[in-house]
Amino acid sequence: MSIIEVKDLSFTYGVGTPFEKNAVNSLNLSINEGEVIGLIGHTGSGKSTFVQMLNGLIKPDSGQVLLNGSDIWAKPKEIRKIRFKVGMVFQYPEYQLFDQTVYADISFGPRNKGLSEEEIDKIVRKSAKFVGLSDKLLKQSPFDLSGGEKRRAAIAGVIAMDPDVLVLDEPTAGLDPLGRDLLLSQIMQYHRDRKNTIIVVSHSMEDVARIADRVMVMNKGKLEMFDTPKKVFSQAEKLESMGLRVPQITKIMLSLKEKGFEFSDGILTVEQAFSEIVSLLKKEGKV
Amino acid sequence: MIRDITLGQFIPGNGIVHRTDPRVKIILLVALIVLIFCTFNFAALALITAAILGIIVLSGIPVKMYFKSLKVIIFIIIITSLLNMFYGTGEPIWQLGVLKLTLSGIYRAVFVSVRIILLILISSCLTFTTSPTDLTDAIERLMKPLKVFHIKVHEIAMMMTIALRFVPTLLEETDKIMSAQKSRGADMESGGLIKKVKSMTPVLIPLFVSAFRRAFELAMAMECRCYQGGEGRTRMKTLHVHRLDIICIIFTVLLLAGVVLCDIFIAPII
Repeated sequence: MSIIEVKDLSFTYGVGTPFEKNAVNSLNLSINEGEVIGLIGHTGSGKSTFVQMLNGLIKPDSGQVLLNGSDIWAKPKEIRKIRFKVGMVFQYPEYQLFDQTVYADISFGPRNKGLSEEEIDKIVRKSAKFVGLSDKLLKQSPFDLSGGEKRRAAIAGVIAMDPDVLVLDEPTAGLDPLGRDLLLSQIMQYHRDRKNTIIVVSHSMEDVARIADRVMVMNKGKLEMFDTPKKVFSQAEKLESMGLRVPQITKIMLSLKEKGFEFSDGILTVEQAFSEIVSLLKKEGKV
Repeated sequence: MIRDITLGQFIPGNGIVHRTDPRVKIILLVALIVLIFCTFNFAALALITAAILGIIVLSGIPVKMYFKSLKVIIFIIIITSLLNMFYGTGEPIWQLGVLKLTLSGIYRAVFVSVRIILLILISSCLTFTTSPTDLTDAIERLMKPLKVFHIKVHEIAMMMTIALRFVPTLLEETDKIMSAQKSRGADMESGGLIKKVKSMTPVLIPLFVSAFRRAFELAMAMECRCYQGGEGRTRMKTLHVHRLDIICIIFTVLLLAGVVLCDIFIAPII
């Protein structure tokens, strides 16, 4: 079942001014329920504009976004309801924290949704747990947290709305490698528990290769590819022509293959590469 | 949306108006504004209107941009001209109770609205064609004589430059934070005044936090580059008056003479 369907979606910034820019150009796609989508594209490819149209922050110039089969702009006055269904975590979300305690900040979304205090308490604690924030941190001011903790608190604030679709714009930007891995695995754990749809915008091919069921590639406002990571990352040249690249391990395995080693195509993680090498060595009787 | 604000937006270009020395532009702007308010009959008004429309055509900025900046003040124009219309003296043409519509009132309304429109047009022309850095640079140069009175001209100019520099950044930031809070279900459109003001808290607090953060970062960066005020500082771009600037000045002086002659030889109507 497709949860999101996009039909002929287009948007242009600053129509009628010298700064006019066509950001998204007749996009067509559908996303299935429970999928993890990786969205990659060069800076200015229209990724951010596209995801902001999914929760109605930007109204498309033409085309439609269908959520569970109905147009999100059918009743413009009720667009706020859409935002509880499609949660959006912006780039550097730690800059949106504002309340006196982390707890109060995370409860902002559920409170706007109109939940009872009891429900709010339950969901705030649950969301904090997902991102690994301790009860002690919940009582502190968000401005006293470390960078990584702030990021987690901000993400918890969106998760707390219990959205059916969670959009994350560059969730790991600016984090150290350990923080990155931890955050990604927490997001994936959340996904497995909640079984909702997740869209991750990222510049890190490694992250996308690791978590995505399907990868969307955008270039100059258009959808260039939309397929499994294996198929997308086997087209290294096409990706490079769009200012993107394949994960480093994929690139190494491709070059080794060109040198005559018999590896299979589309190796995306170090683990896969390791088992591939081991099995090749075994075949040649060297292990 | 916040992005639609056009007043004070620089649009890069390479026309005659763009190339004129910013100091000359500021002085001529002041002169033109004085002239706009020294028109007392239709001939003088027509002369200055023609001159300003000419400058706007020469500026090479799309006319749409000028219309956008006029849109902001349309209510002021309507209200002031309505007030002026019924404030004239002489024989009333039409009367309703205390409201007296007179010919002089109508003239007054026409003059006031045309003057306001010209004022906005020519000031927008300056900001459209001059980059904020050029503008503050020119202001610093023009205010230099004030040093005699121990006014810290350089510091004032630097503050203006920084403030102007951060206007677009902060607007963008506001837009971003608003989007983020809207995504968390914040309702900023509905409700009465008090509710609306309250709903701005989630936007204002992060905005202040980030403004202070930016200020500290900027101060640090300036100190790292040994900034210590204007003393002994030289400039990368020094301003020189060219032939084009002289032509502009001559043009304005001629215009001044024209308007003064019109005022002297044609009877004033307001």
